[in-house]
Amino acid sequence: MRPGIWTVYRWELTKLRYQKRTYLGLGAAALVPILFVVAIHFRHNRHGGDFAFSSYLTRSGLAVPLVLLLFGAVWMFPLITALVAGDIIASEDHNGTLKTIFTRSLERGQIFAGKALATATYAVAAIMLSGTVAVIAGSIQSGFNSLQTLSGTIVSAPKGLELVYVGLLVYLIPIAAIVCIGLLLSSITRNSAAAVVGTLMVSLLIQLIGILPGLGGLQPYLLSTQFNAWQGLLRTPIDWSPIVQAAWVCALYGIPAICAAYLVFLRRDVAGG
Amino acid sequence: MTDRRDGPVPLEVRGLVKRYDNLTAVAGVDVTVNVGDVYGYLGPNGAGKTTSLRMMLGLIRPTAGTVRLFGRDPMESVRALEGVAGFVEAPTFYPYLTARRNLELLAAFDGRDAKKRIDEALETVELTDRAGDKVGGYSHGMRQRLGIAAALLRDPELLLLDEPATGLDPAGMRDMRVLIRRLADQGMTVVLSSHLLAEVEEVCNRVAIVRTGKIVYEGEIAELKRGAGTVYRLETTDDERALAVCQAQPGIDEVHTEHGRIAFTADEAAAAELSQALIEAGALIQVLTPQTVTLEDLFFSLTEGVDGAGPPPAGSPSAQPPVESAR
Repeated sequence: MRPGIWTVYRWELTKLRYQKRTYLGLGAAALVPILFVVAIHFRHNRHGGDFAFSSYLTRSGLAVPLVLLLFGAVWMFPLITALVAGDIIASEDHNGTLKTIFTRSLERGQIFAGKALATATYAVAAIMLSGTVAVIAGSIQSGFNSLQTLSGTIVSAPKGLELVYVGLLVYLIPIAAIVCIGLLLSSITRNSAAAVVGTLMVSLLIQLIGILPGLGGLQPYLLSTQFNAWQGLLRTPIDWSPIVQAAWVCALYGIPAICAAYLVFLRRDVAGG
Repeated sequence: MTDRRDGPVPLEVRGLVKRYDNLTAVAGVDVTVNVGDVYGYLGPNGAGKTTSLRMMLGLIRPTAGTVRLFGRDPMESVRALEGVAGFVEAPTFYPYLTARRNLELLAAFDGRDAKKRIDEALETVELTDRAGDKVGGYSHGMRQRLGIAAALLRDPELLLLDEPATGLDPAGMRDMRVLIRRLADQGMTVVLSSHLLAEVEEVCNRVAIVRTGKIVYEGEIAELKRGAGTVYRLETTDDERALAVCQAQPGIDEVHTEHGRIAFTADEAAAAELSQALIEAGALIQVLTPQTVTLEDLFFSLTEGVDGAGPPPAGSPSAQPPVESAR
């Protein structure tokens, strides 16, 4: 049987299973919601529920993943994503293994595609894990109760759960753009730390542009804004326009980045290692 | 293994050049490796051997020139590497995976029945007992052997090895030479880049000697040595007269004295005629010994010359190294 993208994909997932950074990322994705809920618990008991989003968070556990998505967009989820996206190509440079895999029977393009898919799988796993842990921990703390939408209406707990998971899927749109930027920096810098930090810096700089005076007009086109697109799901009726906007804006960030990463990977000289 | 004797040559390199900014690493290399050759690509460190090998394996793009592996261009598609395996510089693996896991990964990347060859390859390089250990804990020598095992998974007809014995202890170097010889005896065509002359002399039948990115000799080792002529050492009852006879005798070249002895180059017939002439001149021979020229002598004479004045052009019939350095 001739090997292909699927072969690379399976082996990239296997390699991720053996690397500490994978567990660091997934561990953070699981741990942060737990710490968040513990903090809610103590603040609620001590201050009688007087803190940001307090009534929202203590009324239904389903609010926990949503508030987490809101704050996680600043740096947590971009960093968790960058941990693998920035490393997956650069680590081959670090180990000098590109020459090992480039002299087998797979085209460079197939190797790149397998790596990109594995990174995307990790990112999906991290977001879904974080969301699921947040739902469970939140429900233990505040109960699996009906959820108040941003329009003020109340939806049942099962419907709220559905909205949370659709929200997580929508959240994956800007995360995919971060994956693409991470792959580009991983491919260009050939240095894992530089690519991981670089990806996070790009994400933070884009947010910074959004708060600079006089640049408010750029807000709808910033990657950071697209991390709020899921909020359209919590309107009654559902407002799809921010989600559609997120899809094309993120494509504008992601597609050029991944195309550039692909071309660099395809054409580069493997002179080290 | 498929016999490709009637097919295209395993490796054909023409006018290969690699330039980095203002540094020319490879300056127009021509190499032809035929089926069954054990071909030594010999040169001092920094001569451009590894860069050449990287281009041969399609890892870096040549500035100019062509590489053909069984007639196929490795820069066009990885399919050109079908039947070809090897490594450049030290072979590299994923340190957090075991040796067997690494080989399983590479076998999956090779496809076909490469996976079935893992046990055999580990056995060939004598790593079966350590196959369950993470490669991160492997010694340099073990990695070199694992590199050979990884290459064998591809059941190659052409094996390209870059300095396979570098960094090994004497026993490891000997084992590596035995292994390469055994693979060659099984019918594999081998290209072996090295700066270790003993290694090349022991296992290779043909050689390219490369210096500052250029080939200064390409051909059979035996031919190279033959071309150098045999150096004789002579002691007689009357060395002064003998020196004059040697200088006058046809077929006796490079006559000089060394540590009080006369030295010259000649073929066997000329040396026989000289002995007759010496007897007639009254200089009776006490010692007349031929000295074998080693590849090391030839290598240094070819690689340490001054540009434009030292070594003769590659492949030239006059590619005879000077014999002054012969011991």
